[in-house]
Amino acid sequence: MTLSIGLIVNPVAGVGGAVGLKGSDGADVQAVAFDRGAVARAAERSQRALSVIAQTHPDTTILTAAGDMGEASVLAEGLTPDVVYRPFGSVTSGADTTKAASALALAGVGLILFAGGDGTARDICGVDLAGAAVLGVPAGVKMYSACFAVSPVAAGAIASRWLTGERLPVSSREVLDVDEEQIRNGRVHAVLYGMLAMPVVPGRTQSRKSATSGSQLGAVRTAAAGAVARMEQGVTYVLGPGGTIDEIARLLEVDGTLLGADAVRDGDLVLADATERQLLELVGAGPSKVVLTVIGGQGFLLGRGNQQISAAVLREIGDDPLMVVATEEKLIDLGGRPLLVETGDPELDAMLAGYSEVVTGPRTTSLYPVDAPESEGTI
Amino acid sequence: MSLPIAPKLSLRRFHEARWDEPIVFELNTPGERGVLVSRPEPDLLSTVGDVVGALPSSLRRKTPAALPEMGQMRVLKHYLRLSQENLGADLNADIGQGTCTMKYSPKVNDALIRTPSLTELHPLQSEDTVQGILEIIWATEQMLAEISGMERVSLQTSGGSAAIWANIAMIRAYHEAAGQGEQRDEVITTIFSHPSNAATAKTAGYTVITLYPDADGYPDIEAFKAALSPRTAALMITNPEDTGIYNPRIAEFVDLAHSVGALAAYDQANANGILGVTRARDAGFDTCHFNLHKTFSTPHGSGGPGSGATAVSDKLVPFLPGPLVERDGDRFFLDSDRPMSIGKVAPFYGVVPNIVRAYAWMRSLGAEGLREAAEIAVLNNNYLMKRILEIPGASAPYATGRRRIEQVRYSWQELYEETGITSEEMGVRATDFGVHYWTSHHPFVVPQPFTLEPTESYSKEEIDEYVAIMTEVAREARETPDVVRTAPHNQTVHHIHHDDLDDPERWAPSWRAYQRKYFAGDDG
Amino acid sequence: MTDTFVHPYIPNSVPAVKAVMLAETGATSVEDFYADIPAELRVTGLLDLPEALVAEQDLVSHVADLLSRNRPVAAGRSFLGAGTYRHFVPAVVEEVINRSEFLTAYAGEPYEDHGRFQALFEYQSLMAELLAMDVVNVPTYDGFQAAATALSMAGRFTGRRCVIVASDTNPDMMSKVLDFTKPMLDLVVVPTVNGSADAAAVIAELDGETAAIWVETPSFRGVLETAVTELAEAAHAVGALVVVGTDPIGLGVLAPPAEQGADIVCGDIQSLGLRQWFGGAHAGFIALHDDPGLVMELPSRLLGLASTDVEGEYGFGDVAYDRTSFAVREEGKEWVGTAAALWGIAAGVYLSLMGPHGMVELGETILARTAYAIKMLTAVEGVDLADDAPHLREFVLDLTGAGLTAAEVITTLRRDGIEPGVEIGTNELLVCVTEINTMADIDDLAFSLSALCERGAS
Repeated sequence: MTLSIGLIVNPVAGVGGAVGLKGSDGADVQAVAFDRGAVARAAERSQRALSVIAQTHPDTTILTAAGDMGEASVLAEGLTPDVVYRPFGSVTSGADTTKAASALALAGVGLILFAGGDGTARDICGVDLAGAAVLGVPAGVKMYSACFAVSPVAAGAIASRWLTGERLPVSSREVLDVDEEQIRNGRVHAVLYGMLAMPVVPGRTQSRKSATSGSQLGAVRTAAAGAVARMEQGVTYVLGPGGTIDEIARLLEVDGTLLGADAVRDGDLVLADATERQLLELVGAGPSKVVLTVIGGQGFLLGRGNQQISAAVLREIGDDPLMVVATEEKLIDLGGRPLLVETGDPELDAMLAGYSEVVTGPRTTSLYPVDAPESEGTI
Repeated sequence: MSLPIAPKLSLRRFHEARWDEPIVFELNTPGERGVLVSRPEPDLLSTVGDVVGALPSSLRRKTPAALPEMGQMRVLKHYLRLSQENLGADLNADIGQGTCTMKYSPKVNDALIRTPSLTELHPLQSEDTVQGILEIIWATEQMLAEISGMERVSLQTSGGSAAIWANIAMIRAYHEAAGQGEQRDEVITTIFSHPSNAATAKTAGYTVITLYPDADGYPDIEAFKAALSPRTAALMITNPEDTGIYNPRIAEFVDLAHSVGALAAYDQANANGILGVTRARDAGFDTCHFNLHKTFSTPHGSGGPGSGATAVSDKLVPFLPGPLVERDGDRFFLDSDRPMSIGKVAPFYGVVPNIVRAYAWMRSLGAEGLREAAEIAVLNNNYLMKRILEIPGASAPYATGRRRIEQVRYSWQELYEETGITSEEMGVRATDFGVHYWTSHHPFVVPQPFTLEPTESYSKEEIDEYVAIMTEVAREARETPDVVRTAPHNQTVHHIHHDDLDDPERWAPSWRAYQRKYFAGDDG
Repeated sequence: MTDTFVHPYIPNSVPAVKAVMLAETGATSVEDFYADIPAELRVTGLLDLPEALVAEQDLVSHVADLLSRNRPVAAGRSFLGAGTYRHFVPAVVEEVINRSEFLTAYAGEPYEDHGRFQALFEYQSLMAELLAMDVVNVPTYDGFQAAATALSMAGRFTGRRCVIVASDTNPDMMSKVLDFTKPMLDLVVVPTVNGSADAAAVIAELDGETAAIWVETPSFRGVLETAVTELAEAAHAVGALVVVGTDPIGLGVLAPPAEQGADIVCGDIQSLGLRQWFGGAHAGFIALHDDPGLVMELPSRLLGLASTDVEGEYGFGDVAYDRTSFAVREEGKEWVGTAAALWGIAAGVYLSLMGPHGMVELGETILARTAYAIKMLTAVEGVDLADDAPHLREFVLDLTGAGLTAAEVITTLRRDGIEPGVEIGTNELLVCVTEINTMADIDDLAFSLSALCERGAS
């Protein structure tokens, strides 16, 4: 992996938030936002990240896209831009983000910084990045995805360590997005769009008492191994979406689909990327369980992202239809907030709510609260 | 410049010793000797002949071990130089090593134990000739029983985690004796309890269920209720947890555990603020442990030997590791005839030098002094918290506005968001001022954590100095972050590169491995 | 005691200081800080503890008086071993480990505690040379724990449960090992023949379920096992490991177990520069080859060399960091806690002083004195050596022929100021000889034993 760094700024990221909109997706919303006097904050955010690099590595060249998409920010911080992509016209779109990411990957950058929100992450996660890691500079309105640094300066600090040649471990992080229209109506349904490889800074001192936090990969493997260890003969397991579940498929040596629903029984793949109808048929045929993980930082277990794993499928399985798998860190990151289920069937949601066992490893679990926001008042 | 000398700066101009000392093998001078050993008498030799030659050839070493050859003074100098390159508790205001209770280890106790009447005792010599040490062990157990409210104490484990192990091993034996060994295969603990609770339970064969804190930082009692079942063998919990927050519902947790037939084990590594204030047994616990090297002042020895105390209620007494020291009038003796015992947890009777030190420490303080130690430890901690929270960017997550017992797990998260400087980098920079701090166990529940425990030993001036150092490093993080990022600057060595330590092809866990991997063939 | 005194260990008891600090916190009294502790859990009044000895002089006289009731055996007149040994401790060892900087350090980073890291890395490296293995842990609690952990590692590494015990082991150690390994290992003891491992019987027990053969050399009875190579070849043929427990004190002259095929070597380092301390100064070592698969199973800390920003500067850190229980909690391998680092530093200083020739000479001396003691004691009418295996430091006398019990010998010889050994069977006495026991001491023991045999038990 090379040490070079690329930058993509989504110039319109975050414009919706400051003027009371729930996001900034789409030209219409952006137009409304600018009408209300919004100022794009992505440029300023990206500059704060770059300022750290300018301090620690003043001679660095940053590969980027022209103008507002990065070049201007790089110049503003006194660094040298190397423009690898030029958008047409003055109004940029998600397609430009995608193309810029492709161009950076083609140019061989090791780390892509992007200033934006969930929409921007979504535009990047579909691209073949040729192994490049990605780090979000938080600048959007919605940031449900797990690929952002906690602040622009923190992003700059991580990028700066990257430049010093430290071999930072990367962790596979979920890219989520929610339908802004739905948020504006007071509902949050997160959908998993893919994964990005984010560099993490491992703790390396404190050796007497503790160990590295760079072992997130190890923690994912441990949690996945815990799920595998609990699988029983003759039971069909429907594997939901997400990185931890993907690791289960890897341990079972089956070709799972990251975003879809697969089914395994006795270690073999019996259905890949199943539809709801296929799942209904399958779980109706014998004892079954759905294996789910926590998606993103908001605690979603079930939502519109797992449409195939519908309320009907869960009802067909009967009592105790879930095996929930997650790393301890995922639970910790919830900061005491409950896990969330939302199947579209409030009564079923109420049934799933309460305390759920969460598998964290072969010999470890947790009991963790589960809420069903849609079911309030149904029972 | 001339007298008078200007007043001291507010911050110490510290620099740790930097001897740039080679590795001991590089000091090799063939022919030099560090010490000579007693040789067999000529008459003895003529009686036994060539003893080495008489061994089967396969048992004889072919070439002497490649140890360095050094004169005695050079050996001494080497290790004394290395000793100077450490910040022991005797040298710094060691309040940054939260959870470890780095209190003063009185020198008089070190002096007292350095007598042949202790150092030259063999554990199996006649009981008549070891009455003094048996009495000290017995009396130390008695005092700890009073402090915990428990029935009986064993001092045989060599550290805190080993004592936690002894507790879970006794609980396992208890359930087995009741015919419930197979049924009870789960242990419940909390994420803020010391990781050794989960680790020892797992080593003992249990599945471990971990509870997370609720929004106030207390273990989630509803989750606990949901986790309890006839499969539960034990609750293993720390209180106050590493946040310094005392769980006021602790007795309720214990009662709930008992209601399903489980036992409750209390990790009292964090006991320093509650000595003489509240007792494990009073909250209903069946067993608890203390670390003599924390709460009871014995020195930490660069990482041991420590010493563990295991205290149990009457129902677990039969399972205590053996032998037990018993008293018969004025006479003390060892009782090994204990059929229910879990057996040996360590050789002989415990870490004797530390047991004597802990005994002397308790005798020096008495009941009133112990209580005073606890109260001042708690006062120091709350004073420190007040001062630390005045530093912009520092916070104390959970139970905002509440008092803490003996320590606090703080967070630099706000500072990190603002500056990109991690807690770890802050800690390394703090060493440039001659102090140290520890972040937290992993996984980090508190982001960008640092855990401080001032104990009763440090004066207000020292606490203030510590706060001043933290304040200065936080200022640097904002104003001159590169100074922090590239720290240390005033230390024995500079920024260490860790990548090779994780790569089996490149790691060098011994001088021998280092030579083989990097210099093989250099000398033909 | 007057009602206001400031204990020297508690500086902020000074009333004025306390008041200032309380005011700063906004508390009216220390009681405010304990508000979360329910009243029903509070101790009322003071604990029932012996009266304080607040004056240092009073404390010294009390503790010194208690300790003076102990009577150590005169040097050379103790033949007690069985796990704790009296070897000579060079003065420099204690000068170093009594330094405040080492004694009171704990968990600093490899920056402010560079010296501690280097001293422990050197301990690992010195032991590695003695043991002829590349990897030696930072000491664990004691040799018992080292054995329990080494066998557990073999179980985890092979994924098998069965351990064949080939040698006579210390019963106390066996007690610890059994309780510790219960969830993951089954131990099968193959009785020794004439004190030594019954190689044919052990090999006959080997199969695809065998995790390890466990050999102790010297064994509990002081026997040097001669079949380690043969056992190792057979074990390796079925994918099992060989775990050898040893005492490094003899390795100046004895072949390291690794050269005989051992995969894991473990034991106690009390012999290397630590006094007896009534059995309270033990530390365990676990040594391996540099095989990542096995290194990952090692639960203890392991330090390694690292480069720094400055050319020619040694740094240190933890090798393969993710192994420990602190990394992934209960998914880790056992746990890491405060163990016995200072004793490791002591052993490192000891080996630095001894050097290669010191260890050779010490080995020769102990072998010679052991041989002499065997010769002199078995010359006593009715006293026999329980086996005819080679011995280092310890051996068992069979007193049957003399019509004596071990207890009778011990009781009687104690009157002569001699501790003749440890009773390990009605008529079996485990005798230990180190470099401390001179020819004259051994002659005295033989004389006393012979006198007892002549007059019979009194």
